[in-house]
This record gives sequence, C-alpha cells and structure tokens, in this order.
Amino acid sequence: MGRSETPSQLKGALAKAPSGISGLDDITLGGLPRGRPTLVCGGAGCGKTLFGMEFLLRGALEHGENGAFIAFEETPQDLAQNVRSLGFDLDRLVAEGRIAVDHIHIDPQEILEAGDYDLEGLFLRLGLAIDSVGAKRVVLDTLESLFGGFENQAVLRAELRRLFRWLKDRGVTALITGERGDGTLTRQGLEEYVSDCVILLDHRVHGHVSTRRLRIVKYRGTTHGTNEYPFLIDRTGISVLPATAMGLDHAASHERLPSGVAQLDAMLGGEGYYRGSSILVSGTAGSGKTTLAASFANATCERGERCLYLAFEESRAQLFRNMKTIGLDLERWQERGLLRFEASRPQVHGLEMHLANLHKAVAQFKPGVVILDPVSNFVASGAKADAEAMLVRLIDFLKASGITALLTDLTAGGSAREATDVGVSSIIDSWLLVRDIELAGERNRGLYVLKSRGMKHSNQIREFLITAQGIQLQDVYVGPEGVLTGSMRAAQEAREAAALAARAGEAARRQRALQARRSTLEARIAVLRTEVEALEGEPGPERAAEGRIS
Amino acid sequence: MNAKHPAVQIEAEVWRLRLYVAGQSPKSLTAIRNLRKVCEEHLAGRYELEVIDLLTNPRLAKDHQIVAIPTLVRDLPNPIRKIIGDLSDADRTLVGLDLVAKSVGSS
Repeated sequence: MGRSETPSQLKGALAKAPSGISGLDDITLGGLPRGRPTLVCGGAGCGKTLFGMEFLLRGALEHGENGAFIAFEETPQDLAQNVRSLGFDLDRLVAEGRIAVDHIHIDPQEILEAGDYDLEGLFLRLGLAIDSVGAKRVVLDTLESLFGGFENQAVLRAELRRLFRWLKDRGVTALITGERGDGTLTRQGLEEYVSDCVILLDHRVHGHVSTRRLRIVKYRGTTHGTNEYPFLIDRTGISVLPATAMGLDHAASHERLPSGVAQLDAMLGGEGYYRGSSILVSGTAGSGKTTLAASFANATCERGERCLYLAFEESRAQLFRNMKTIGLDLERWQERGLLRFEASRPQVHGLEMHLANLHKAVAQFKPGVVILDPVSNFVASGAKADAEAMLVRLIDFLKASGITALLTDLTAGGSAREATDVGVSSIIDSWLLVRDIELAGERNRGLYVLKSRGMKHSNQIREFLITAQGIQLQDVYVGPEGVLTGSMRAAQEAREAAALAARAGEAARRQRALQARRSTLEARIAVLRTEVEALEGEPGPERAAEGRIS
Repeated sequence: MNAKHPAVQIEAEVWRLRLYVAGQSPKSLTAIRNLRKVCEEHLAGRYELEVIDLLTNPRLAKDHQIVAIPTLVRDLPNPIRKIIGDLSDADRTLVGLDLVAKSVGSS
C-alpha cells in the first residue's frame, strides 16, 4: 500500500528501450522491446542501416547503453563516414569503448563446403563484440547476407533460430535488418524468427517526389500506432512524424487577434480571429490573399509577437518590396527578429519534408502566428490525397501548439468556388473568400466571411481595396440598381449626390418663389388696407342724411 | 590417380594449413580427424597444420574473418583457399585443397 506504480513498472508490463529516434518512441509508446529482437525490413536505400546505426549511437550517447554493430555489408570505415554527415563521431565512440563494430565479410567465391558445419564463429564474434563494450544493444545489418554466403539452407535456418534464442538469452535489445522480399516482409522470411516487433520501412516516389514511410507491422504485447508514418533523413538523423497520432483535445483560447485590417475585424465580430484558430483565405489569382496575409503578419509583429511566414511562391525580397508599396514595412520586423520568412518551392521537397521543416522551425522560432502562402501549391508537388493528409496534420499540429495559422489557397477558374482544391475547408475555423466581381468591364475584389466559428460575423460582401495605406474594406452599393462595385459604385454614388443636390436646389427655388409670391400678396394686402382706411376717413352720404334727420 | 596431376609443383612446396575449431565439439573433432587423414595420405611430410581453438581466442575469429566452424584455410601454396565443414566429404575436401582434378568433386 502507498506504493505508486506507473504503468511501465506494473508487473508483467513489457519493458522498452527508447530508440532515441525522434518520433518513433511516441508511436511505440516508449521504444523497442527491451531484451528482445526487433526486425527492421525494407527495400534498398530505405534507411535500414542508418536506422540501426542511430539506434546504437543514440543509445550510447543519450541512454547510457553501449552497443555492438555487426555489419555484413559495409566496412567500419564506410559506416563511420556515413554517420559523420549526421554529426556522429563513430570512431570516437569506438575508441572510447562505447560501441563495437565488427564487419563480417563473407565471399561465397572463396568458400567451399565439405561436410557439416555451424556458424559458431558468428556467435563467438557477436559475443566478443558484446563483451568488449558491455553492449546492451546489438544491430545485425543485414543478416540476410548469410544466405548469399552459405549453400546449406538447413544449417542456416537452424543457426538463425539459435541466434535469435541466443540474443534473447543474452538479454540484449537487438535490431536485425532484412531486405524486403517479393510479397514477403523479408527475402529470406526472417519475420518467422522474430515474433516481438517488426518495423517496415518504405521509400516511395510519387510525381518525382520521394517519401519515406515507416509502419509498425507488429509489436507483441503492447499497443502502438498502426498507421504509416512518414519519416525523413536529414542532417540530424531520422525523424518520424507521428502528427496523425494527435487527438482533437487542443485547448480553445478566448483571446482574439486583430487581423491587421480594422474593417475586417469589424466583420469578425469586432475583434478579429481567435488565437490558435486556423484561418483560410481563398480566392482567385490576384485577389489579394497575400496582402491579407501580410497585413496579419504585420499586425502580429506590431503586437511584439513572432510570426513565421512560409512563402511558396514569392521570394522574400519580392514580397517585402510589394508590401512596401501598400505601406507594410515587413523588413523592420525581420530585422528585429519578430518575423521569420522562409521561401521555398513546394516541389523541392516531399510533403513530409515540408512538414518536418515546419515542425523544426516552430520548435526553434516559437512563433505565435504561422502563415502558409499558398497551400494550394502542395497539390502540385504530390498526390492530392497526400497533400490533404499533410495539411490536416499540419493544421492539427499548429492547433495543438496553440499557434494561429493563416493559410492562403488559390482557387482555380474564373470565379472563386466555395470549395478548396486542397480540401481542408472543413477543419478551418475562419474562412475568408476574396473573389473578383466583374461588372461593366471592371474587375473588383469582394470579400466575404464564409464562416467563422464561435463568433458573430458579418454576412455582407465588402469591397476590398488595396491602397497605399494598406487594405480598405468598403461597403458595397446595394440598391435598386443591384450590387455595384468599383467605378460603378462611385458613379452611382455621384449620381445620387447630384440628384440630392438637384432636389435640394429645387426646394430652395420653390421656397424662393413662394417667398416672392407671399411678398407680392402681402404688398397687395397692404395697398388694399390703405385704401380701406382712406375710405373710412371721408364723411359719407349716410352721415349727412343722418344729420338732416336730427 | 596422382599421375594426372602436376605432382612436380605440389611436391616442391610446403603446405601450410590452419584449421579453426570451437573447443571439443563433435564437428571440430571430426574435422581434425578427417584433415589429418587427408594430409597423411596426400601430403605426408610436407605440411604444417595449426589447429586454432576459437573458444580460447575468439578475437582470432574477427581478425581472420571466420564465421563458420570448422573452417580450414590453406595459406600456402597460393592462392588462399577456405573450406568449411567437418571435411567428411573427402572428395570435396580434396577439390577444395586442389589435390585432385575438379571433375572429381563435381559428382
């Protein structure tokens, strides 16, 4: 009683050895099965050797577990050179007695078989390598080379069975690589000997862009992620991207972020976007998506927050110049370290590489806002479904990190459709649509808020003007003449003003005419009154007659 | 049988052989026995045989690239030849050592 036990300490729970490979331990919920063999299989060039090497190197460097590498294909010199490009000094680790490397060279040309034999030599060398450094981890790369070296398959199979038993008895965490076979996981069926954990590496090229993927085929006695996870090999080794493992449990912020356009904030319930939400700006070519994005970036930096701007169409210099013409000086934010601008063509890397680069940039720069301009280009760089899946993971990742994301999307065709080519509209929180309104030989821009979750937002179209002072949103003219924009709106407004002026003039004239008539009439009344008074002053005949009577 | 071979060359040289074994395992003992027999029959008086027990010195397995046990290495005469197994297949052993014509071993 009173003893607290974490799940990994529970009796009978499978002990795991952290692989040290970025992301893999998340998928395997801790690492590879400790004290048991794991099979890593895949085709040529899929990264098996590097996988094994990194498992050993990280084990020695980060987890205090020495390792032995038994190389059947590459010489120790080649191995050292290959990992040096990833920043590992294998020679030093060997000299320090933390890693042992043995290159087993088997040339079937110079060997003749005469009678019964076994592979005790292999066991002795393995034992020597393990004992020389006290290895807890062992990599055998590629064990299947044995099949090319020896004729007697019965002996080989028996010895392999003995080898796996021996590895388990020694209690080492072993990693065995195998070449992928036709319709089987490995060419020689090694998977039948390894029952604990099998990892499949894959290297596919789609549309000239290569993508590496990893899948855990089986992992006995534990739960694990079952998807195909993209992984990449870059300057820091292997990174597996488990972003799809993310759930929908990110926190929702009540904080609002101004969009950089006052009238747009007014349309979005008066305050702007939610922090941590995803915003999509879609529209046709030249409709001002980048300008909206840059305004948001500017507003972010003005608040003193960091903004990561990933541009996939324009270079830094071009964007800075263009935005300067509308009064947005982004350069100063970059100088102050608030804006990080990264421009690359989507086609230069596979989708996963972009995702990984984003992960890394976010980890390093810790931005509050990330802008991707535009995401529609990703469809061109890979299969549509892959691009969508990647964007979903990307948005999920940013959301989970509490980062506000603004994505622009170029919609094809003359009119902006209420659908995106990249198919992410349903997971977007705020969706702005900028569309051309073509009327009377003019193209004008109209902006709608298609949706904005969790806020009262305007349902009206605003005319979207890009001026030297930035973006202005104008109420469009809605009247008996229909919805008018641009010069027609201006003309209509002028006409209305003229009519108003004309009406005002007419009223004044009438007033004056009325005044004049009134003056005339009043003058006549005055004359008549004078006449009346004059008449009353004369002695009349009636009065004379009266006098006579009296 | 020997008349068919370039006996002059063989007899002019000393044969240096190394046999790698692992302790006193049956395969190792059989190999030693079979090799001694071959040598006495074909190379009497002009061979040096070194039996190396890898259990007592496993480092030699690494240094000499030994995987299978038993392994017989012919250092001299050149070129170096390797024969694995307990040498119970006498014909193949002779072929491997270049003591008979290849056609014999292919059967």
